[in-house]
Amino acid sequence: MPKAQVTFQDIGVTVTVPAGTRLIEVSEKVGAGITYGCREGECCTCLTKIVSGHENLAAPSVLEDQVLKDNLAPRHHRLACQAQILGGSIVVKPT
Amino acid sequence: MAAPTTMRATADHADAVAVAPGVHWIGAFDPDLRSFDIILRTANGTSYNAYAVRGGTGVAVIDTVKAGFSERFFHRLETIADYDEITTVVLNHLEPDHSGALPELLRRAPRAQLYVSHQARPMLKGLFDPAEFAGRITGVGSGDTVDLGGRRLEFFNTPYLHWPDTQCTWLEDEGLLFSGDFLGCHYCDTRLFNDAVGDFRFSFDYYYAHIMRPFRAHVRSALDLIEPLLLRAILPAHGPVLREDPRDYVRRYRALSGSGLHRNQVKTLAIFYISAYGATRRMAEAVAAGAETAAGDNDATGAVRVSLYDIEGSEPQPFVDLIEEADALIIGSPTINGDAVKPVWDLLSSLTMVDVKGKLGAAFGSYGWSGEAVPMIEDRLRRLKLRVPVQGIKAQLSPTPEEFAACHSLGRDIALHLLGRAEARVIDMASLA
Ligand SMILES: Cc1cc2nc3c(=O)[nH]c(=O)nc-3n(C[C@H](O)[C@H](O)[C@H](O)COP(=O)(O)O)c2cc1C
Ligand code: FES
Ligand SMILES: [Fe+2]
Ligand SMILES: [Fe+2]
Repeated sequence: MPKAQVTFQDIGVTVTVPAGTRLIEVSEKVGAGITYGCREGECCTCLTKIVSGHENLAAPSVLEDQVLKDNLAPRHHRLACQAQILGGSIVVKPT
Repeated sequence: MAAPTTMRATADHADAVAVAPGVHWIGAFDPDLRSFDIILRTANGTSYNAYAVRGGTGVAVIDTVKAGFSERFFHRLETIADYDEITTVVLNHLEPDHSGALPELLRRAPRAQLYVSHQARPMLKGLFDPAEFAGRITGVGSGDTVDLGGRRLEFFNTPYLHWPDTQCTWLEDEGLLFSGDFLGCHYCDTRLFNDAVGDFRFSFDYYYAHIMRPFRAHVRSALDLIEPLLLRAILPAHGPVLREDPRDYVRRYRALSGSGLHRNQVKTLAIFYISAYGATRRMAEAVAAGAETAAGDNDATGAVRVSLYDIEGSEPQPFVDLIEEADALIIGSPTINGDAVKPVWDLLSSLTMVDVKGKLGAAFGSYGWSGEAVPMIEDRLRRLKLRVPVQGIKAQLSPTPEEFAACHSLGRDIALHLLGRAEARVIDMASLA
């Protein structure tokens, strides 16, 4: 299975993960500071800054795009409960 | 006592109350309410404050009331405006105590456009079918304005005071801030103005502690927006209209939301434990000693102040105050009947009162055969939105030297994380529990 590397800047941990994993699942396991509420892409609690490698995440769904817009999310921010890791390396930082 | 009866009687006089030129209070009094949102007691009842602002080309209604009080609200509104004059409805907060009369108001005022925060828009569908008002709902943020003809309303996006959708509305020409739940209190007094009502300081602080305190970082951001304003009065959605010395209330929020510690970059690590036979207590001491080894050097990267507390030694409340100020929280509990013990849960369930998001957390404890307490505490810490970067330590019955060493490094690792000196690690997801 293809692997990817996700680095959580707030705790200085890099995790090797299988492609298809959602950011929140990794963050939760390593105890990084990404917080969540609904886990269904509605509440925007899990908004996360993608410091680099945003192209290595699956493109946001229409719903995620709308929630990001409603919450005035800056560029290169994603919902960790929605963003699926495709491969390569990604660096993220909780907001 | 005669006075309250008189006040009650005047509560039913159904007129709007002039607050400033072209600005009226059109809310409702609820003197008999004794508990609010489950989490507050309301010895003095409350009020649902709504306001109307008249401009040259239209009237704005700011907030409504709880359903059940709608009639009084509409009646007061009707004494100062016709429905077809209403061009603007602002909802600063969509909780039912303010949105109860909203759908009916939009039906009665067909020209009115509804202005809510961007965050409120997607939540409105939980209140009514937005399709009924298609094209009449506008999301606004800080700096957006609405013209009423010769005067205008400006919006400040002030989320999480105390819901994601909350905002404040500013009428610059009169220096009036319609602050929603922010700067409010549950105190019903038909004399309405802060210079006329009874002593409500207790209610103001109590309301802050139960409604705003869990969001104090957001309180500070909102104060940053509000402090520069030339405030002549604060018109909150509950309690007295604050027209005498409005700045006093802003300063009070600043004091209540401020942090007394955090001087000199000192980080604070609080370790809480409870122990029947002393095993978990000795683990706690090892955690503290480990944290001290990282904490001592008062160099450029700062220092950590480590404190150790026996949970059995206090009610939760003083500990909650401590935790609000702490940067990291480590909790030790033995496993008893397959769980952490009740005083630990009492403490953890009290933490919804304060903002703990992003603090560091960890757990440890002694156990006999199953050891559920540590992972249960870790789960709870994560759900409270703490970061839990180091795996907790469990020791069977009396800890071995290796287990004490593990406690020692748990304390040290958390302290290093606090100082930003934790070693970067690379791990495989498969190795994580
Ligand atoms: C003080 C307070 C805090 C709340 N916090 C949350 C929250 O964090 N997340 C959430 O999804 N809803 C939150 N709510 C919304 C309530 O869950 C919602 O209003 C619900 O419809 C109330 O149900 P009830 O009518 O059974 O009381 C909160 C409500 C209040 C009054
Ligand atoms: S947790 Fe609610 S949007 Fe991700
Ligand atoms: Fe509210
Ligand atoms: Fe309210």
